[in-house]
Amino acid sequence: MTARYILAVDQGTTSTRSILFDQSARLVAVRQLEHHQHFPRPGWVEHDASEIWRNLCRLIPETLHDAGIGLDSLAGVGIANQRETTVVWDRRTGKPVHQAIVWQDTRTSAFLESLADKAQSVRDIAGLPLAPYFSASRLRWTLDHVPLAREHAENGQLLFGTMETWLIWNLTGGTKGGVHVTDVTNASRTMLMNLRTLEWDPYLLELFNIPKAMLPEIRPSMDRYGTCTGVLEGVPLVGALGDQQAALFGQTCFDAGDAKCTYGTGSFVLLNTGPEVITSSHGLIPTVAYQISGQEPVYALEGSIAVTGSLVQWLRDGLGLITTAPEIETLASSVADNGGCYVVPAFAGLFAPYWRSEARGVIAGLTSYVNKGHLARAVLEATGWQTREVIDAMNADSGLTLRTLRVDGGMTANNLLMQFIADILDATVVRPMMSETVSLGAAYAAGLVTGFWPDLASLRRNWHRAAQWTPDMDPVRREREYADWKYAVTRTFGWIREPEPD
Amino acid sequence: MPGAIQSVERAAAILQLVAESSAPLGLTDVAESLDLAKGTTHGLLRTLADVGFLEQDAATGKYAIGPGLIDLSHARVDPHDLRSHAMNWADSLASRSGEAVRIATFVSGVPTIVHHVFRPDDTLQRLEIGLRVPVHATALGKALLAWGGFPRGRPDGEFDRFTQHTVINPRELTRTLVDVRRQGWSCDVEEHHPGEASVAAPVRGAVGRVVGAIGITGPVDRVCDAGGRPRAHLVSQVTDTARSVSRDLVTSRR
Repeated sequence: MTARYILAVDQGTTSTRSILFDQSARLVAVRQLEHHQHFPRPGWVEHDASEIWRNLCRLIPETLHDAGIGLDSLAGVGIANQRETTVVWDRRTGKPVHQAIVWQDTRTSAFLESLADKAQSVRDIAGLPLAPYFSASRLRWTLDHVPLAREHAENGQLLFGTMETWLIWNLTGGTKGGVHVTDVTNASRTMLMNLRTLEWDPYLLELFNIPKAMLPEIRPSMDRYGTCTGVLEGVPLVGALGDQQAALFGQTCFDAGDAKCTYGTGSFVLLNTGPEVITSSHGLIPTVAYQISGQEPVYALEGSIAVTGSLVQWLRDGLGLITTAPEIETLASSVADNGGCYVVPAFAGLFAPYWRSEARGVIAGLTSYVNKGHLARAVLEATGWQTREVIDAMNADSGLTLRTLRVDGGMTANNLLMQFIADILDATVVRPMMSETVSLGAAYAAGLVTGFWPDLASLRRNWHRAAQWTPDMDPVRREREYADWKYAVTRTFGWIREPEPD
Repeated sequence: MPGAIQSVERAAAILQLVAESSAPLGLTDVAESLDLAKGTTHGLLRTLADVGFLEQDAATGKYAIGPGLIDLSHARVDPHDLRSHAMNWADSLASRSGEAVRIATFVSGVPTIVHHVFRPDDTLQRLEIGLRVPVHATALGKALLAWGGFPRGRPDGEFDRFTQHTVINPRELTRTLVDVRRQGWSCDVEEHHPGEASVAAPVRGAVGRVVGAIGITGPVDRVCDAGGRPRAHLVSQVTDTARSVSRDLVTSRR
């Protein structure tokens, strides 16, 4: 029997999903399980990597069952995963030695401040700003706080990985010969990899005091990592990408100048910059977009926005102004504009393009005229303005002018927001028919390696426009309101005047 | 304007009384509080229990507010909530049928398109979100008219003629709506735009109430067979999708 499907695993921050795609890149079956979020202290966020692995072992047979197919119908499996989250486990027992420390965790802020004088050299090598968001400082924290961890890491008994590494190791046999590899896009987010050589960097390993023996082998995103055992017995494991890079790939942004934004809890703009690393002087992160085995890597510039969808959730859960998130559009449509009000959601500092951890949120321009409709509009607009800032930075760094932004994610259901983004970017905003771009990107990666899809052009043919928003705003008003937004942003700076206690 | 209807007033008074009471009320409690005959009160209580607005405890025979009244306050579906729940299903319908998908509902009493997925052929198309739906000349409109709120199933007044196939006679339209309700879906064949046909089915929210309609639109020779009837596989794709959206809407509200 010929293999007719590709299985994609989307290991996200709140849930894990197992998704089956057919040759037309249509979703055939999907199963999803949430995992627990552990918050042991303010600012700490942890996952149980064993729980995530157990969930995946449940999801895969259920997905195959839903579609009524067996393992022999699978051409291959690809993984897209939450990035930067760190897992450390014992290669003999297969058990993590500590909870996985999640990308949102800020426990290492104070430590990173002590490295401030190394910020430029870190940026030169890894391309990343010194922020707790990336893996290195949290891996170091684990080695410093788990008894005997450093000793065992040095003698090669402990292994480190981001989520795809953990899942690949387990899927390919775990304690019985599991393959210890990481994909290059995930490795580029650890702050331990040299962005140009694509190798672990000795200076960074020394700076963060990480033993090389525990690190996985860095491999292309599309490569034959190994053959699965257990729940996927005999299926080739052939693709892995960090979730945002997977969305870029799923949106078929294969050419330099192609850009996408995924609107979720936070939002992530990625611009394909081709074979060149473009260093940003505007707070963006150069990162690996993807690498096909035997080919040169393709790079991207990334603008990460910490709070977008979660600001709408705050309006719902924190203020109780709406009962469901989509209702924000109804409330925001009850007024014609923001009434002069701006909400800057620097709940845990600001990401791109500012990278200011001491900033905290403000509502600016409040007058007695402002009502809850204006507030709802300002909340939606915050996502738009933050997108504009990141796109402006991208245009400045790349020397290109973005004409079309491909969008995906839950907030693309918000018509008012999508039109607003088109208006203030003065660019066309396009939503594809297949909105599950993260899992689709993982499927594409796996499908290319196994020949399930012949080439990039065949993937492009699967992409169809589901909706398009064209700009329609007075340029004078656009620039005046943008200036107001930027002024409101300056009001968030410097709120935290002393480092928060550890 | 006719005067107040006494039984409706009394039913409302009973609901207020039961809602304000800290404990369930018996027949005598209600009759005495409102100074009504027991027979009349019993009839009112039974009717209110039958429609689910009151609930009678099997052991004590006393009445409390029923689930129907609670559902009633959730019966309205926000149009943007509807779009959010329908988006993945609508994408999948467009992808499978190869045609454009639209969702319509009443927004401030006006039948309006609230979601639109382009026909997946990458030709230039314009988002029609916010446009008014002609109720008599489109499959979406007929589905809303057949089951939805306003003059329920009994179209009245003047209707625009868009093509030679547009039905503008209220009586003829009423007959069509009976068919629509019987078969569970609606269609229009060149009644709105020449050369275009559409198929739609109702989306149901809490307590089975129709809260919107979802449908496909495309060239008449693709949507309809040689006999001018919508193709069966497209009809079942539309009705399946409508059921999936309805299920999603209802389960999300539990």
